[in-house]
Amino acid sequence: MVLQTPPLEPVESIIPLAEEDLNRKDYASDVDTRWCPGCGDYSILAQMQRGLSNLNVAPEKMVFVSGIGCSSRFPYYMNTYGMHSIHGRAPTIASGLKLSRPDLMVFVITGDGDALSIGGNHLLHVLRRNVDVKIFLFNNRIYGLTKGQYSPTSELGKVTKSSPVGTTERPLNPLSVALASEATFVARSFDTDPQHLTATIERAARHHGAAFVEILQNCNIFNDRAFADYTDRNVRDERLLYLEHGQPMLFGENKNKGLAVSATGLRVVDADGPDAGLILTHDATRPAPDVHQLLARCAYPEMPVPMGVIRQVTTPTYGDYLDSQIEVQKFKNRHDVTQLLRGRSTWQVE
Amino acid sequence: MTTTSTQANGSGNTSAPIQERDRVTVRFAGDSGDGMQLAGNRFADATAVFGNDFSTLPDFPAEIRAPAGSLAGVSSFQISFSKHQIFTPGDEPDTLVAMNPAALKSHLSALTKGGLLVVNEDAFTSGNLKKANYPSNPLSDGSLDGYRIIKAPITTAAVAAVDDLGLSNQNAERTKNFFALGLVYWLYDRDLQPTLDWIEDRFGRLPNIAEANRRALYAGHAYGETTEIADAHVRVPPAVLKPGEYRTITGNQALVLGLITAAHLTDLELFYGSYPITPASDVLVELAALREYGVRTFQAEDEISAVGTAIGASYGGALGVTGTSGPGIALKSEAINLAVMTELPLIVLDVQRSGPSTGMPTKTEQTDLLQVMFGRNGESPLCVLAAKSPGDCFYMVLEAVRLAYQFVTPVVLLSDTYLANTAEPWPVPDLNQLDPIDVPYRRLEQTAPEDFQPYVRDPDTLARMFVPPGHAGLQHRIGGLEKSDISGDVAYSPENHQRMTNLRAEKIQRIANFIPEVEIDGPESGDLLVLSWGSTYGAVFTAVNDAREAGHEVAHAHLQYLNPFPRNLGDVVSRYKKVLIPEANTGQLRMLIRANFLVDAKGYNEVTGQPLSARQLTDAIIQLSND
Repeated sequence: MVLQTPPLEPVESIIPLAEEDLNRKDYASDVDTRWCPGCGDYSILAQMQRGLSNLNVAPEKMVFVSGIGCSSRFPYYMNTYGMHSIHGRAPTIASGLKLSRPDLMVFVITGDGDALSIGGNHLLHVLRRNVDVKIFLFNNRIYGLTKGQYSPTSELGKVTKSSPVGTTERPLNPLSVALASEATFVARSFDTDPQHLTATIERAARHHGAAFVEILQNCNIFNDRAFADYTDRNVRDERLLYLEHGQPMLFGENKNKGLAVSATGLRVVDADGPDAGLILTHDATRPAPDVHQLLARCAYPEMPVPMGVIRQVTTPTYGDYLDSQIEVQKFKNRHDVTQLLRGRSTWQVE
Repeated sequence: MTTTSTQANGSGNTSAPIQERDRVTVRFAGDSGDGMQLAGNRFADATAVFGNDFSTLPDFPAEIRAPAGSLAGVSSFQISFSKHQIFTPGDEPDTLVAMNPAALKSHLSALTKGGLLVVNEDAFTSGNLKKANYPSNPLSDGSLDGYRIIKAPITTAAVAAVDDLGLSNQNAERTKNFFALGLVYWLYDRDLQPTLDWIEDRFGRLPNIAEANRRALYAGHAYGETTEIADAHVRVPPAVLKPGEYRTITGNQALVLGLITAAHLTDLELFYGSYPITPASDVLVELAALREYGVRTFQAEDEISAVGTAIGASYGGALGVTGTSGPGIALKSEAINLAVMTELPLIVLDVQRSGPSTGMPTKTEQTDLLQVMFGRNGESPLCVLAAKSPGDCFYMVLEAVRLAYQFVTPVVLLSDTYLANTAEPWPVPDLNQLDPIDVPYRRLEQTAPEDFQPYVRDPDTLARMFVPPGHAGLQHRIGGLEKSDISGDVAYSPENHQRMTNLRAEKIQRIANFIPEVEIDGPESGDLLVLSWGSTYGAVFTAVNDAREAGHEVAHAHLQYLNPFPRNLGDVVSRYKKVLIPEANTGQLRMLIRANFLVDAKGYNEVTGQPLSARQLTDAIIQLSND
């Protein structure tokens, strides 16, 4: 399956491609993976390597920066440069790296706790600034590495080790947070649909600007089947909405249902019924994030759960602005260190 | 623009005889809206052009505009100028300019006995007197009898001078700082021209305002000339300074110039990640205006992001720098520790201020030494330097950058509010005479072996093989988890952790082989050594000299390298019967000296938010010398 999305950015105009055709294995390091058997992270790792080999960017031009958590082990397994940094701060390190090295493709690997709890502030600002980094948030709705405490995406009332009689706090919706942060690329995929995940990763990597991808990821030890109600193979068609730019928002076994605008948001209509004409066509490039926010809020069981690129708009990145300021100021002003040292005025002592 | 010293145009036109003095200290004090910082800076500029040595001490409230006329809103600017070389902005001013009762109330106690008081009598209204808690008017109740007073109608005279320019009342009154400045220029025989040039430069596009300020300045000067002011016309002859080209500089300006110069000498792109914080904000602000030098400033969302971006830039091969004050260091600690563990070059500027917590943001203190030494989890050694004067901030930045790259380590450079804001004459460095700064990773990129391993170390420095991303075949991963010696892989073995802990400590210790020994000013051994660090240099130098003049044999050593200490320091401190360590804290260096060298050092400690007073320190040195 190939996603129908806006025209691809020429990645190679900024980041050098490898000289020969690379395959998945060229992006894999020789470090033994140490996630629990059955973890959704294995699939994400495989699709990342596959997606990047499709891009064919040289591995030495890629840097994976992560925070802390199960997902943040990810960089060790990529045959690229990488930094396993500190909890929540990967977006800051990635920002500094990308701004001083525009020739590198910089990725952030994070989780629901890392990105939305301790690192919430940085996520907000890296998206707002549109720094050209690709952020993949592995959402398993639990703290896995610390062995099973609730996370900022855990459902209200969820029983975990740190909430033995249920949580008392409402979860964040990662897509809503990203959209509210003025993200220019917002997408969602999940671990058990390799083709969709590979295509989404590739799409995000090609985006010029901050890309945010929520990947629903099963933690089979501490929060098994967290998304199974709608991601299991036998229910996907009915309960997921695969978004395709420029295509009607159809879902269901025979694409017999669609989404239309209602007085209060979105509603499901029969694709063969009288309201079929009201079914929305997905426009990922729509400047206003209104419909995108409505899509982000679609949740099981009332609504189908959207997958794919919800939003992709093109606007200059932080680095574009910064680099052009430097260029313009260099053209306009003198830049002679000797002169700078002398300041506005000097005097001679004889 | 270069200006050369010319004769003061006010001299010789007056009947009052000019007295000659070696050194004078003047303090301007007024409401924070009265323009005292501006007046003080102009005076400093005129003094520089005249050729005195000088040192300034701005002191202002944290509030941008406290209620007008209130004690909380008083802002001051002190300048000391001399025919000799001087090292402090002076203890007690000889002249106090008080623009309102609150300024008088706040600063009178500092004025030397019999000193000259210039007051704006217009501001001594019953309302302002009440705000300053004066039960009666000090100008008329005899309470100022011990001082020489010039009561000048500064506000009304300034307004009269600009009468026909059609300014609003508010704008007309605002020129009163220029009137006061003109009057003080007459008192101290300063040339008006540098200030007139400045007015043109600053207000040229607002001709009315420029003209008003010019007129107020002339009017103040003429007021001094035409009013009978006995014994007040004073001239301090130019100092004999080392020949060369000079400019004025503050500590924060020197940090900025140091960073730009370091980027030039290393041929690295400068990246400065920072979050606005007093008193370090000026560094961000000034660097942001220098895009033409390729500077990437990044105003982060918080202190953590500020250091995180700097680490990212450093990792990418740029000159990664973050700057802050004590509260920001607290927030950055975890990320600085990441740079310790990943062994990346990183420059951290800490312009210290009074704490704890928010403390007194605009006041000075040397209280972050132990924080930067030890305020991180685990065994976390890094290099710590401290500048000793405003101009020294420039050279210590170059040192910080040299060591950060040579040893592949974070380096903290300590400055403080006093250095940040104090101005002094500074010989302009010759770029071609500065030592080049080596960036070893450039060589490693070319010479790294096929089986490159990131934690292979240089045998002399123990610096690891740091190579930024981008080079084919050298891909590797680093991070905050303990690293295996040589390979840099994640490692949990007990022996490895012991070895890596030792290596990280040893690497920092070896810096001592690449920095100068501490120099002793005075006898090489004997009775008393005064040991100082950071911004107290000027006060301690002055106090030690004063104690010597009083007949005491005292040695002085000053530290710019705090971690590691210079390699001869243990020997030096053991050669004296007594060691006195003056600090603007409760004894942080003293704790380190005692712990490292088992020397029973004594402290002289002040935490007042003000720089150490040389006079009181002299007394303490003499007392300890007599004990």
